[in-house]
Amino acid sequence: MHILVLLKMVPDVVEELEIAPGGKALDLEYLRMILSESDDHALEEALVLKERHDARITVLALDAPEVDDALFTALAKGADRAIKIVGMDAGLSTRQAARVFSQTIAHEPGILPVDLILTGVQAIDDLDGLIAPLVADDMGLPYLGIITRLDLDAPKHLALAVKEYPGAVRGEFEVNLPAVLGMQAAEKPPRYVPVAKVRATMKSRTVDCLPVPTLADGGWPAVQVVEMRRNEPAGHAEMLEGAPTQVSERLCGILAEHGLL
Amino acid sequence: MGTCEVTLESLPRYPEGKEILTCIQCGACSGTCPYGEVMDYPPRRMIAMMRAGMLEKVFTSDSLLACVACYACMAKCPRGIRLTEILLPLMKEQTLTHLPELPGELQKALQNTLRYGNPMGEPSRKRAAWVKTAGVPIRILAEDPRPADALWFVECYTSFYPRGQDNSRATARLFHRLGIDFAILGNEEKCAGECGRLTWEPGLFETLMDYNMAVFQKYRFNRLVTSCPHAHNAFKNRYPALGFNWGLEHTTPFLAKYLDRLKPLLARKLDCTVTYHDSCCLGRQNEFYEAPRQLLQAIPGVKLVEMVHNRMNAICCGGGGGGMWLDTYFKAKGYERLSERRVREAVATGADVLAVSCPYEVSRFEDALKVAGYDKQMVVRDVTELLAEAMED
Repeated sequence: MHILVLLKMVPDVVEELEIAPGGKALDLEYLRMILSESDDHALEEALVLKERHDARITVLALDAPEVDDALFTALAKGADRAIKIVGMDAGLSTRQAARVFSQTIAHEPGILPVDLILTGVQAIDDLDGLIAPLVADDMGLPYLGIITRLDLDAPKHLALAVKEYPGAVRGEFEVNLPAVLGMQAAEKPPRYVPVAKVRATMKSRTVDCLPVPTLADGGWPAVQVVEMRRNEPAGHAEMLEGAPTQVSERLCGILAEHGLL
Repeated sequence: MGTCEVTLESLPRYPEGKEILTCIQCGACSGTCPYGEVMDYPPRRMIAMMRAGMLEKVFTSDSLLACVACYACMAKCPRGIRLTEILLPLMKEQTLTHLPELPGELQKALQNTLRYGNPMGEPSRKRAAWVKTAGVPIRILAEDPRPADALWFVECYTSFYPRGQDNSRATARLFHRLGIDFAILGNEEKCAGECGRLTWEPGLFETLMDYNMAVFQKYRFNRLVTSCPHAHNAFKNRYPALGFNWGLEHTTPFLAKYLDRLKPLLARKLDCTVTYHDSCCLGRQNEFYEAPRQLLQAIPGVKLVEMVHNRMNAICCGGGGGGMWLDTYFKAKGYERLSERRVREAVATGADVLAVSCPYEVSRFEDALKVAGYDKQMVVRDVTELLAEAMED
């Protein structure tokens, strides 16, 4: 069983984001990148499956600042091989990123055959969650997303997945492998790996670099950013102050004004 | 013994390791351990298991999660075995890799400290934002790298946590009025690494130590003053292995050295009864028992009263050794929070102010007072806050 995990770095929103002059991109000078949270869950699920079944894990990431840290951390956690795709322009659109992933998987020797491709169901720069379905479509594989529980029936070559729907509804699926699955959450939080182990991994293991593929159709499907700007506050909360009786009277008044009492 | 390279396997080859093997199994350590009663393997049993070659069982239990690194076992050991400094950190390191799952709060704190240089996960570029509210000039070395007498290592909770910033503003005012030539690292500063290996993660600690040492070496200063007893502990005991050889002070004993110059400045009468909580790192580990009390007694109108457990016998606030990030875990296990146990003692003195010298304690005790229902009758103040309050502008 070979599990491929697609990893993507996204802007770290803990650090303040700045918009670059020109107003169409984030200012790279102030930007820090971090592994997309749901991709981290995809990796954790792969590690859980590896512990449960006799699986081998390859992690495949697009080059970005701090991606080496994420890849060596994945190796330290238990991934068997880490690959970084290098040589593309910064700021790929979701469709471009999906094409780079699918073309690399299809054409670079040594990646296929793959039984299962896992990635995060969405990212903060891919809220529509398009990476995984686009990769699946490009490779002619089935796709299922918003997965919150996963196991394998290795003899039948099936994935047993639970997908979440709105309204607390869940669906159980049997998915023929190979397939692409978009993980919302692993069955347990992403594990901790001691820093010393990551440091040792950096000394003993390597990350393979693959050049960005030349796309067969000769062009990049691109989305153009028209404008990027900060959200502007549309209103403010009203703080009710005073004695509890005054505050509760005012609160009741507001609720009555809105027809709620 | 350079503890960074010592492992549990190699420990018995060192004199300190041989000393552990001489344990007489009296149980004083387990009896004094504030969480000894909830541990499957309290300190005495840990040593017994070590001698029996059965440590694996200890690592896979959660006994070491309940070790709050309070130094009580070490202080009470009749054989002088340095449990808190040597054996417990090495065992915690093993527990980190053996536990099937690390409690989420602790894991997040460790990850945040690695990535952002503070356990709360606050933006590293806003570490010095509080400086604008200090009310006095504070020199940041990256902007003005002239040599300084004292490098003030502010630390995390005193940089980011709003009530911790009150401590920083008070410290800045005191330094300014005393005419101390000081500067801070600002956004270049990262967590010193708590008490080093006591917080589970030697690799993380070494990463922070390498980083901070490289920053120190960029500047010229005579002594380092820090507001955090845990950082003080790290600088005193761990950083010298990387060449840290500057003078070192914690703000409370540092200010006590200026008592003669400070007294005339303390003109405002506070009229309150104060009880002082001895921080484990400042007290049991460094025996700074009198300096904070001298400072408090110098404040006009302060009546100082003692809790039943004081000085060497003080009960830990529960924040050390990673306990700061295990409250939810302790609650889920049904353990009494040590900070709640401590505030009950504080309230029993009749004091209206609980004075502290560690940034962890302000949030811990303020929360505990609310939980225990005493927040109307007692407030928590750092010693520096009380001094600044008594100092008229």
